[in-house]
Amino acid sequence: MDSSPLVQGDPSRRELEHAVVRFAGDSGDGMQLTGSQFTLATALAGNDLSTFPDFPAEIRAPAGTTAGVSAFQIHFGAREIHTAGDELDVLVAMNPAALKVNLEEVKRGGLIVLDTGAFTAKNLEKAGYDSDPRHDGTLDAYRPVEIDMSRHTLEAVRPHGLSKKEGLRCKNMWALGLICWMFGRDRTATEHWLQSKFAGKPQLAGANVAALRAGEAFGETAEIPTGTATYSVPRARIAPGLYRNVTGTEACAYGLVAGARLAGLPVSFCSYPITPASQLLHELARLKHYNVTTFQAEDEIAACCAAIGASYAGSLGVTASSGPGIALKTEAIGLAIATELPLVVVNAQRAGPSTGMPTKTEQSDLYQAVYGRNADAPLIVLAARSPADGFDTAIEAVRLATRYMVPVMLLTDGYIANASEPWRIPDFDDYAPFPARFHSEPADFAPYNRDPETLARPWAVPGTPGLAHRIGGLERQSGSGNVSYDARNHQDMTDIRARKVLKAAEAIPAQTVEVGETTGRLAVVGWGSTYGPITRATANLRRAGHAVSHIHLRHIWPLPANLGELLRGFDEIIVPEMNDGQLVTLLRDQFLVPATGVDKVTGKPFKIAEIEKAMRAHLEAETS
Amino acid sequence: MTAVQTPETWQPKDYASDQEVRWCPGCGDYAILKAVQRTLADIQADPANTVFVSGIGCAARFPYYMATYGFHGIHGRAPALATGVKLANPDLDVWVISGDGDALSIGGNHLLHVLRRNVDLQMLLFNNEIYGLTKGQYSPTSHAGTTSPSTPTGSLEAPVNACAYALGCGARFVARSVDTLQKDLPRVLERAQAHRGASFVEILQNCIVYNNGVFGHFTDKTVQAEAQVHVVHGEPLIFGTNRDKGLRFNPARIAIEVIELGPDGEGTDEVIVHDETNLRLAQMLAALEPPMPVAMGVLYCNPADRYDRLVHDQVRAMRADKGLADGEQPAIDALIKSGHTWTIGDA
Repeated sequence: MDSSPLVQGDPSRRELEHAVVRFAGDSGDGMQLTGSQFTLATALAGNDLSTFPDFPAEIRAPAGTTAGVSAFQIHFGAREIHTAGDELDVLVAMNPAALKVNLEEVKRGGLIVLDTGAFTAKNLEKAGYDSDPRHDGTLDAYRPVEIDMSRHTLEAVRPHGLSKKEGLRCKNMWALGLICWMFGRDRTATEHWLQSKFAGKPQLAGANVAALRAGEAFGETAEIPTGTATYSVPRARIAPGLYRNVTGTEACAYGLVAGARLAGLPVSFCSYPITPASQLLHELARLKHYNVTTFQAEDEIAACCAAIGASYAGSLGVTASSGPGIALKTEAIGLAIATELPLVVVNAQRAGPSTGMPTKTEQSDLYQAVYGRNADAPLIVLAARSPADGFDTAIEAVRLATRYMVPVMLLTDGYIANASEPWRIPDFDDYAPFPARFHSEPADFAPYNRDPETLARPWAVPGTPGLAHRIGGLERQSGSGNVSYDARNHQDMTDIRARKVLKAAEAIPAQTVEVGETTGRLAVVGWGSTYGPITRATANLRRAGHAVSHIHLRHIWPLPANLGELLRGFDEIIVPEMNDGQLVTLLRDQFLVPATGVDKVTGKPFKIAEIEKAMRAHLEAETS
Repeated sequence: MTAVQTPETWQPKDYASDQEVRWCPGCGDYAILKAVQRTLADIQADPANTVFVSGIGCAARFPYYMATYGFHGIHGRAPALATGVKLANPDLDVWVISGDGDALSIGGNHLLHVLRRNVDLQMLLFNNEIYGLTKGQYSPTSHAGTTSPSTPTGSLEAPVNACAYALGCGARFVARSVDTLQKDLPRVLERAQAHRGASFVEILQNCIVYNNGVFGHFTDKTVQAEAQVHVVHGEPLIFGTNRDKGLRFNPARIAIEVIELGPDGEGTDEVIVHDETNLRLAQMLAALEPPMPVAMGVLYCNPADRYDRLVHDQVRAMRADKGLADGEQPAIDALIKSGHTWTIGDA
């Protein structure tokens, strides 16, 4: 790991290559808003960045307890940033519980900004501290900055006539002001945002702006304790273009809308609320004018069935959920496979099994996606690698679903869904349309005739004269689609369903190498949100002279046609995954290559250092 | 089908597909199939615009036998599939075909919601009080004490009353008929089809193999007139072979009771006049069971806004709000470039 100067205790304003800041407090403290405003200010300052919102499943856990701690982490720098950061340079802890939950993430020597106003005996007890961590040596390895933010905030907002309770709600803006000062960030954008957010409540707008300014002024007027530095993180060398921040959820929503436009179809998005997938429903519900209808169904099964019914009737049916909800949809997905209708199923994976840890990320549904249905029921599986990548991956899902008349499962995860990153906005004109074709010619029509190139059956939507036909979950006679229990026909139909999905490999790009050569000592193969840490770890090891390469899969099933050959060009292959080893099994099975897994299931993304360590261990073992 | 059929007048047979019907000989489903085909001919339904959607069970094979669009889905989920069809194309005429196990057991939840949402479709529930396709287990409508392979010493559960359930779900159209009522059934189906919103029709259907004659005590021709009351909007609730009995509301008991009418119709003024828009009356009628006469016909019809239209109204409203002309597609670039953007220069 490269060590940033932030931990060396120099009190002057210093230039950093990158820094990691985490805002942590009660779930009611507004930490997510604080973090996203700091993100905006940081993006405007020209840094590359990556964020990680981390919040509890409980909407309002008891105030002051560790269960209720909500946090927002941002990693920003003058170089490309691919992860939310391994360790914290700065932790802002709004109460003892926030300190307790997050302390182990702070770099040794890192800065911990504490609101001493919240360090009351009662709050210490709620956080489970037997003694005050400020005085018992707990913080000896760090640089605590103790400020009574509560009192300063109340003083700052006093002219606005709020109650004490209302006034304390502005504490997050005070903290934001202080951190803006620390990193030389412009607070203007946040002020504009506050003015518009509280447009009808000038009193609240004024108080929040006053708190923000007071926090910044507090830093500037050198009331800050000694040992605290101000920093600058210079602009990153970022490719020129128009940028915005985008979460994985937003990018997926836009990708689905854009994909449907390229296919010339309306979207019928049908889902049932579940963490962390619900946000996609919220996002698309606001986009109805883009020819989108959204349907909040009575359960996961109904959501999937409604999406299938919509596809049958000529829309792009889309459903979304997380692992447990996907499990419920499974029988219906089998129906879409049998009836050979296009369907996009988005799975924002989360830690499991069962309810597991709904707000924590994991990538443990790969088996479920590729194999998880009764009988031989193949479909196409894609995975987005980062928040912004949700856009292109969703478009690819629509393209393949409509081209092959087959369900496509699009895997994201809790991290991708919630995290944001700057996105160089593409020009939509650069995307080639792939218009869906509805069958309309009655002559020689049969619902299970096939396109010789794609093996797709015709999409004949109700309302088309002369094409009335029946489809269903009972095995169908090839061609006519009539119910058939014929032994030979079932063999043929099973073979065709498998071949059709494998044929998609002909229409997907060849697998490329992200970092490094196409042959070498060690390949690190990843999929989904491990992209960031793997890319950085691989680059670090290459700088140290190792012949390592990073391969990252978007197409999980079918796998790219050249992947086997590519993997065989490496002496060893490791596969870091946030699961117990799923892609690694798939690769070993498909290519008989000696791949080994690097597994992590803590509900948190990989750290760069963890992947580096695994790579080094492997390289050393190999040479010995 | 290889060419667009456009006969001048659609006959019932024109709605039959070329597939051999494979219900058991003597199954009540044959009569219902005939009544539905009769109904479609009566209203001259366009097969290209008609969709039959089903779940699983004997009744669920129905779509295969219709020369319309058809979708045989999965157990209990036909209302959800049909909702999706209507979301994508509200102009299609959608019929859901279901049974007592399919609609009230595994699919009870979906029945609730399709009715409450008032999706514009016809929901036909073939009730034979037994699981036929799985060989004769008791169903959620079986009376307590039903002996079956899974309840050799008698079932222990109270049955659900399908029409009462539908009314409780907020259905705006609820009717009941019998497979053998070949004159009445097409009239009820025609009303259901004409109703905008979710129309629920319970069709009592005889399973000749596993539950033969279960409704005989009120559907046999010999007892029918005395054991059924056929309700007609605006007409008094009179029944009996000699039309000498009527239904009266007893306010003290908050119940419906039977009264004998005189030879010249004396007492008719006390008989309830059926008002199909009255939910309380419909609930009481739906609950009537032998020895009271079983109510047949349209028990409740009180139209309300339909979900599939409202959804598209919202889309239209949002489009209007954004100043979009008819058929105008808002630019994707405007979507992805929304929010706070910034430019990184070449420098």
